[in-house]
Amino acid sequence: MVETATEIAVSCAGVTKAYGSGQARVTALRGIDLEVRQGELLMLVGPSGCGKTTLISVIAGILDHDDGECRVFGEDLKAMSGSRRTRFRGDNIGFVFQQFNLIPTLTIAENVAVPLLIAGVSRREAVGRGRDLLNRVAIGDRWTALPSKLSGGQQQRVAIARALVHNPRLIVCDEPTSSLDHETGHKVMELMREVAAGDGRSLVVVTHDSRIFEFADRIARMDDGRIVSVTEKA
Amino acid sequence: MNFVAIKMLVGDRARYLGILMGLTFASLLITQQASIFEGLMARTYGFITDTGLPDIWVMDKKVLMIEDIKPLQDTMLYRVRGVEGVDWAMPLYKGLLKARLDNGSFQTCHVIGLDDATLVGGPGTMVEGRLEDLRRADSVIVDIVGAEGKLARPAEKAGGDKIPIKVGDTLELNDHRAIVVGICRTTRTFQSQPVIYTTYSRATLFAPQERKLLSFVLVKAKAGENQAEVCRRIEAATGLAAYTQQGFKDLTYDYFMKYTGIPINFGIAVLLGFIVGTAIAGQTFFNFTVDNIKYFAALKAMGARDSQLLGMILLQAMIVGAIGWGIGVGAASLFGFLLRDTELSFLLTWKLLVISGCAIMVICTLSALLSIRTVMRAEPAIVFKG
Ligand SMILES: Nc1ncnc2c1ncn2[C@@H]1O[C@H](COP(=O)(O)OP(=O)(O)OP(=O)(O)O)[C@@H](O)[C@H]1O
Ligand SMILES: [Mg+2]
Repeated sequence: MVETATEIAVSCAGVTKAYGSGQARVTALRGIDLEVRQGELLMLVGPSGCGKTTLISVIAGILDHDDGECRVFGEDLKAMSGSRRTRFRGDNIGFVFQQFNLIPTLTIAENVAVPLLIAGVSRREAVGRGRDLLNRVAIGDRWTALPSKLSGGQQQRVAIARALVHNPRLIVCDEPTSSLDHETGHKVMELMREVAAGDGRSLVVVTHDSRIFEFADRIARMDDGRIVSVTEKA
Repeated sequence: MNFVAIKMLVGDRARYLGILMGLTFASLLITQQASIFEGLMARTYGFITDTGLPDIWVMDKKVLMIEDIKPLQDTMLYRVRGVEGVDWAMPLYKGLLKARLDNGSFQTCHVIGLDDATLVGGPGTMVEGRLEDLRRADSVIVDIVGAEGKLARPAEKAGGDKIPIKVGDTLELNDHRAIVVGICRTTRTFQSQPVIYTTYSRATLFAPQERKLLSFVLVKAKAGENQAEVCRRIEAATGLAAYTQQGFKDLTYDYFMKYTGIPINFGIAVLLGFIVGTAIAGQTFFNFTVDNIKYFAALKAMGARDSQLLGMILLQAMIVGAIGWGIGVGAASLFGFLLRDTELSFLLTWKLLVISGCAIMVICTLSALLSIRTVMRAEPAIVFKG
């Protein structure tokens, strides 16, 4: 079987993005060419303000780019209607945020269940599957706790479980370890590799943190809105 | 997603209580003011309520309300009695007469003259004496508010309490002697004058000599007769106006609604409750949504459709609305209940419950719309912003 096109999860070609207009115009992406392969963990690194967050927002289909083309699993998200794109995100993409973004008044199992609830799964089943995922990230015993009762590392585990629960094909993470201490960040990345990667799932991880580079399959370096290099990890 | 919406709302204690307080306040103020208004308006037809026995009131066509007396010829009574479907018809005199007090001053009183034989139309509650005592010579019954107030005798020493009129005291009505044989209680009306009950023939004796003295004909329809139908027959036979009891109340109510400033004044209070409630509840609800905007944005990013988010916010608004309305209405009822024995007029009808419910729903919908707009406009991309 010849698999060329299907091996590519995301392909960006000449993607540009500018915020604002006139005097206040800021060009964040100046022509991005990048491919994310299926099943790989790609890290996106670069100085602050170089456009990393902008790029993964475009890839995840929550931000429109200006020019160029960005295909995710062969689909041009920009050409989709708003509701189809929302659905596409719900089906295919998981998110991990720097600030975790867990709903503070839901238990962690309920938080993990949110993507399933959005997809229309019943509360019982969704929360049950949320618990299963919490077991996989090793905090299953605390499933009734509120997020505020957990440490930062534990909260990020919950967030990873939430990004995984609906079994998406692509997970985007913006600085998942930057609000954690080094050791905790390391453990979170280990978990990412063990649990999240695999099954042909692709991960795009934005980071400043050179100490976690070892977890990447490939590292794409950005500067001033461009990809300056992509290195395979040996 | 419903339970997510509920937990988001209820879990945020401070905000949740803030929103509830706003809505409760609005609901309370609207319901309470409207109930006082309804209570006051019910006073306009208090006399009709007190005169509970007859089904139908017959009067001159030009009469606008209960206090608007346009006397009829006495013969009209017999013509009404002749109408088919009329069980009985009794005369009623209602007029203002001057009573002379012991100290020589005059007090205008409402004098009600009841059919001599049956005494139909008498006061609802007797405090002292019996209605039948009106059959005795020169007898009258005085209402308790008048007896203790405007008709009371001056204190014996300066600064002392006034001496209420008692059974056995005498009054002078248009130079005719009247003996108080009873004290009654009447429903409050807008009229501040004392009310004096007596018989029809004695009332016409007290009244200044006029050609026509019959104020109303009170009619009981025969059992099984359609009252509206009997009214129509009476009107056709006599050329007078005939209203059912409710119809006459409505006529009076509508008159006061149309020609007095009362509705406007209460309307302003109700409107104030509405505005203040909207401001507090709308503001807190909006703040609640704005504070949660990053979670709503995260839900959006994770694939929540606009309709789902809309449903969540509407559900939240409906919950606080229902609870706030309930507490407010409950508090208003309690207020009315606790003050039931005072001068306060308070009438909480189911219509008012519907009206305050609708008002609260409008407040919640407005607040929700404001919030929905914010959530719909939120870019999901803000989820990645610190
Ligand atoms: N909503 C926005 N409106 C205007 N300018 C923006 C907006 N978002 C980002 N920018 C600008 O676009 C450029 C790229 O921003 P972006 O957030 O993608 O950078 P980043 O690489 O993620 O930076 P950091 O490492 O600090 O998170 C920056 O100059 C930033 O100021
Ligand atoms: Mg960033």
